[in-house]
This record gives sequence, C-alpha cells and structure tokens, in this order.
Amino acid sequence: MTDKAKDSKSTPLVKRGLAEMLKGGVIMDVVTADQAKIAEDAGAVAVMALERVPADIRAQGGVARMSDPDLIDQIIASVSIPVMAKARIGHFVEAQILQSLKVDYIDESEVLSPADYVHHIDKWKFDVPFVCGATNLGEALRRVTEGAAMLRSKGEAGTGDVSEAMKHIRTILGEVRALSSKSEDELYVAAKELQAPLELVREVARTGKLPLVLFTAGGIATPADAALMMQMGADGVFVGSGIFKSGNPAARASAIVKATTSFDDPDVLANVSRGLGEAMVGINVADLPAPHRLSERGW
Amino acid sequence: MGPIGVLCLQGDFREHLQTFEALGVETVRVRKPADLEGLKGLVIPGGESTVIDKLSSTFGLRDPIIELIGRGLPVFGTCAGLILLADRIVDGVATQKTFGGLDVTVQRNAFGSQLESFEADIRFEGIEEPVRAAFIRAPIVLETGPEVSVLATLNDGRVVAVRQGNVLGISFHPEVTGETAIHEYFAQMCKTVDFKSRN
Repeated sequence: MTDKAKDSKSTPLVKRGLAEMLKGGVIMDVVTADQAKIAEDAGAVAVMALERVPADIRAQGGVARMSDPDLIDQIIASVSIPVMAKARIGHFVEAQILQSLKVDYIDESEVLSPADYVHHIDKWKFDVPFVCGATNLGEALRRVTEGAAMLRSKGEAGTGDVSEAMKHIRTILGEVRALSSKSEDELYVAAKELQAPLELVREVARTGKLPLVLFTAGGIATPADAALMMQMGADGVFVGSGIFKSGNPAARASAIVKATTSFDDPDVLANVSRGLGEAMVGINVADLPAPHRLSERGW
Repeated sequence: MGPIGVLCLQGDFREHLQTFEALGVETVRVRKPADLEGLKGLVIPGGESTVIDKLSSTFGLRDPIIELIGRGLPVFGTCAGLILLADRIVDGVATQKTFGGLDVTVQRNAFGSQLESFEADIRFEGIEEPVRAAFIRAPIVLETGPEVSVLATLNDGRVVAVRQGNVLGISFHPEVTGETAIHEYFAQMCKTVDFKSRN
C-alpha cells in the first residue's frame, strides 16, 4: 500500500535518484535518432539529444541554442534509456519547453551560447531534474544552491583534449579534500571565498564529499581518457564529440563503456583500446584563444 | 558463511555496499567471475538494465550468475536488478537478455519519463513498518507465475516486490532512501536458504 504517491514526484531525492542510477555509466551526445540507437546498443546509460556536437558548434560558430523539439521527440521515441537535452545558461523558457517535451534531465550547458551572463536558471521551479557544469567547488555549490540535481566537471567541450577535464576534476575534488581538513571556525571564510552558502560548505566539510553525483565531461575521446576520469574519482563520464566524430563510432562507444566500468584494470583497458580506428582529430586547448573557451561560461 | 556479493558493473552499487556495511554484513564487489566464489548471496543493483546486461556478458559474468541462481544462490535485484531477474520482459530493447530466475513478466520503465518518478511508503510483507521507497523510471511486475509470492503492491494493486524461493526482486530503491529493512530481510534470506557454494 502506498501513501502520498501523488504528491511525492519530483522531490530532491527523486531528482537526484536518477543521477545515482547513471553512475558508472557513459552519457553520449547524439544528433539523430540513428545515433541514439547506436549509443544505446553500445551500452550508453543515457543520451544527450542535441543538434550539433560541440566540435561542430565550435567549427561553425554562431549562436548555439536548444534543439528542435521534433529532433528531441524522435530521439526520445527511438531509445528506451534516459534522454537528456541542453538549455542555454539562464534560458528558463528553453528549460520549460524541454520539460514539456518530457526529457529525463536538462543540461544547463555552457556548450550553448549563454542567454544570461549573470543568472543561471532557478532550477527549484522545475519538476524535471537538471545537471550543471562546474570548474571548481564554489561554482558546483552555487549550482546546487540553485537546485541542480547532478554535477559535471566542464572540461573543454569539442576539443578531444582531456587536459581541461583533468584540471576541473582535480580542482573540484581537491577543494573538497581541503574543506574537510578545515576547522569549524575556518569555514566562514571558506564559504566567503568559495562564494557558496555556509550550510552547504559545512555539509561538504563534514561529509568529505559533494552533495551530488559528479560526472566529468569535455574532451574525453578515448577509453583511456574515460578510465583516467574514473580513477580521478568521477562517478561517470559524458562523451560529446569524441564518439560520432571518430572513425568507428559504435566500436569506440562500446570500448569507452567497458573502460568506464573496468577503469582500474589495465589489462581490460589495453584490450578495449585496440582497433578502434581514428580518434577525433581534436584541438589543443592551449591553442584556443580565451574567448573561444566554453568552460569560462557560467558564473 | 561467505560475504554477500554486489554486482559492480554500473549503477548504484555503492549504496548497496554501504547499506550492508551499516548492518554489519560482510560484502564483496563482483566485477569478474572469480569474485563470485564463496558468496552466500548476490545483489543486482539499480542502474540501466540494458547496460548491466551487456557488461555482464562482456566480462563473462552472465553464465556463472545464471548457474548460481539455478543452484539456489540467494539473489536480490532492485529496479534494473528486478528486470535482470525476470524470466520475461516487456518494452526491452530487441537484443536485451535477462538472467531469469523469477517466473514473472516485468515491464521496463512502466511509469513513463523521469517526471513520473516518485517516492512513496510501501507495505512490505514480513516487515512491520512501512518502507520509504524511491521509484526511479521504475519497472513493474505485470504477471506472476504460481510459485511467485507478491511482497508489495502500490495502492492500485500493481506489483512492485516479488519472491520466488531464493530470488527476491523489487522495482524500487530502498538503498537510496536510507532504508535498511529490506536489506536485513535479504541478509536473513541468505542465512535460511539452503545454498552450498560447492556442489
């Protein structure tokens, strides 16, 4: 027998619950229903429906926006795994539309052109859960305060260069470790410096961990990249351009899934890394002029 | 008595390990066939059933798990785990397989999108207090065979927890809501079900 079944949808626990189920998995960017099917068959734990992968957004330029609802509908219809979609930072109407389309998660994403250079979306107002990017602990905790139900380190999307993803996960988890070694009376200043609420800072200091699931993203292109992120302490990985901009997407997708599970077994990693064909060509982040770095979007 | 194994391929296996640890029950992570040796029970966690299905084949766990279930090893599946323990599934992907063990038909993702996910208090047969349960894109048991006992239903009568001998399957997540009663129930099952790890 159940009580309260009607009024207990979309609680923080329910929103965060789906992120818990995605752990240890790979979420793949897809731009067509066919790609979504390939991703599902390869073992993706969810797909991110979008019009252009970050590498193409980067190459083509212009304003990047929420995808066409028809495309999102087609992708939802083509797979049985959860479907996520991206809204621009601060664009709460795109988020309202995505909720109306019944996507399973919204990514308020720096990969799209920001709609608001000051405020992020007030995510508490939505029934659908949100995942948000972060480059450091303060940014992560600000997103938690706004109602995010899942976090991802940003990396530098569309580059195939894992160095920014590495920098961000090291920063976020390093700052968590630093907080947990502080005394209670040092947390006031820590909260001020992190620009995050004291209560959340205290919680992280006490538990020694983030309050939400943390995936990593931005530049992951090989099974070894995915395993590197998992060994660093990520709960799972997003792979954007890395799969469908490579020579053999199905094989690469499947290999990255296996590497994410067996991230600490070099024998398995060696095996799954064989014969995958060309990886995406990639861009060194160091060669990107600052205005073209997506990870600097978000505040 | 050996430890309880938790299948650690994908999903919320950490929460299961923590729940048993809080109960003082010894656990082991199962990721390869050798990890299955000497277990007194096995948990198939929540996660994505299509992914756990594929990875269990990839890492050579599928056949030994099916064999152990057949020989009477106590097994407990939550959500994706219930799907993997069902003999028949509805709304799976074309190539999706299960371990089987429960003579039931389970519908995957029976409530709809994440917007339909919910938490609720559930009356569970054999447990006195209501259990707080999270249903996350949850499956439902559509049909049960004659040997299957129903342990919990929703208000509308839909079946969300079943047991058949050594196999326990539930469509929700007590490990996410901090509930320990069903894990205690399973630990007890592991003591009372007659399973010898050798022969």
